[in-house]
Amino acid sequence: MSSSTDELIRRGGDVAVDIHGLRVVRGRRVAIDDLSVRVARGTITGLLGPSGCGKTTLMRCIVGTQLVAAGRVAVLGRPAGSADLRHRVGYVTQDPTIYDDLRVIDNVRYFAALYGTGAAAADEAIVDVGLTDHRTALCANLSGGQRTRVSLACALVSHPELLVLDEPTVGLDPVLRVDLWVKFDELARRGTTLIVSSHVMDEADHCGDLLLMRDGRLLAHTTPAQLRKDSGCQSLEEAFLSVIRDSTAARPAPAG
Amino acid sequence: MILLVPSLVITLLYFMFQDAPRPPGAPSPFNTACLVMLGVFPLIVMFLITSITMQRERVSGTLERILTTPLRRFDLLGAYGTAFSIAAAAQATLACLVSFWLLGLHTEGSPALVFTIAIINAVLGVGLGLLCSAFARTEFQAVQFMPLVVAPQLLLCGIIVPREVLPDWLQWLSNAMPASYALEALQQVAAHPEPTFIATRDICVVIGFAVAALALAAATLRRRTP
Repeated sequence: MSSSTDELIRRGGDVAVDIHGLRVVRGRRVAIDDLSVRVARGTITGLLGPSGCGKTTLMRCIVGTQLVAAGRVAVLGRPAGSADLRHRVGYVTQDPTIYDDLRVIDNVRYFAALYGTGAAAADEAIVDVGLTDHRTALCANLSGGQRTRVSLACALVSHPELLVLDEPTVGLDPVLRVDLWVKFDELARRGTTLIVSSHVMDEADHCGDLLLMRDGRLLAHTTPAQLRKDSGCQSLEEAFLSVIRDSTAARPAPAG
Repeated sequence: MILLVPSLVITLLYFMFQDAPRPPGAPSPFNTACLVMLGVFPLIVMFLITSITMQRERVSGTLERILTTPLRRFDLLGAYGTAFSIAAAAQATLACLVSFWLLGLHTEGSPALVFTIAIINAVLGVGLGLLCSAFARTEFQAVQFMPLVVAPQLLLCGIIVPREVLPDWLQWLSNAMPASYALEALQQVAAHPEPTFIATRDICVVIGFAVAALALAAATLRRRTP
């Protein structure tokens, strides 16, 4: 399937993430098998698939915290995990990784200090995620959605060129989800590349590009419009299920 | 808690020995026991606090996350070491003040030297704690490293049975443990007005152990994990 990324890159657009022949083994399981993909700069790419399909592992490869068995991952033109990428790539993990015994503002200031961006950037990041009213609240007393946003603020504080978000909207109410997507759109317009994983298909419409994953493999690199056209389904949920059915039918039955 | 507990325990020790019979001319048993406490407390407390804090960083994912930032590993260890050493210094200051001033602890050597050894023991505790946190999966396991790592050192360092009368193989073990040197240094300070060669050597050995533990701890901080 063709995708907007391919067109963009063909037209001479910049590549933010270039993955070739990636293979990751976790324990005895092959978590990612021979995956190749390119993501253009300034786009929002949705990483979709059932839970356990390798979304988080792929994101960890891009951030450079995952040991890789084979293949190469280039991010912003450098090997993933390079020292100079640490200023330029932001990562928000699935569970909010913040310090519960610190206040919101202290958490964000701590990350601002680690990135060397200062207290003003911390205040700005808190405004960006809409937590101004909870600046001085202890993180342990916040709701799940508020903790997610603190975690996001800790990444925004470095003004990253590439922002990797692992299921940032899980457990959020619809109003907040819409707010966050508005925020993501705004970041993309300003030139930030976003890779956002989700297993809620209705969020896929916010993404310019879609990566559909299953069992550690990339099923499709497409766009919401293309996916609808190819599958003949109006709802992306059904479209995704049809892609999975096709891929299962196409693959030889596993031995044993 | 960190500040007050050691001072309270040392005060308890004082009253324990208050009415204990003592042979004429021998140093008071409180003196010996109090010195041991001043050396041992920073080691135990800092070991526990560091191993549990670091374990929490590992489990909560904050360690992995801060390792994706420009932070250097030695900066992280240095920050841990400094923060906890300052806590240890405050603790040791209070404990030394109470011991020397209120409870009449007497050493031939300088109280400043006792204080210095206490701080070095605290740094050793931080190093061992950071290292052990890598091998614990839960906070519960981290706590259990305390008896495993600290108890044998206390048993073999000469507090209970003098090192010279230990069986050979236990003497070897004792020689390989940093607490033995820390205690010997404290005993030297208690007995001699000037810093002795043995005391200096022992302090250097303990510093060596602390640096080695911190370096090994740095090796357990991996940016990439399976």
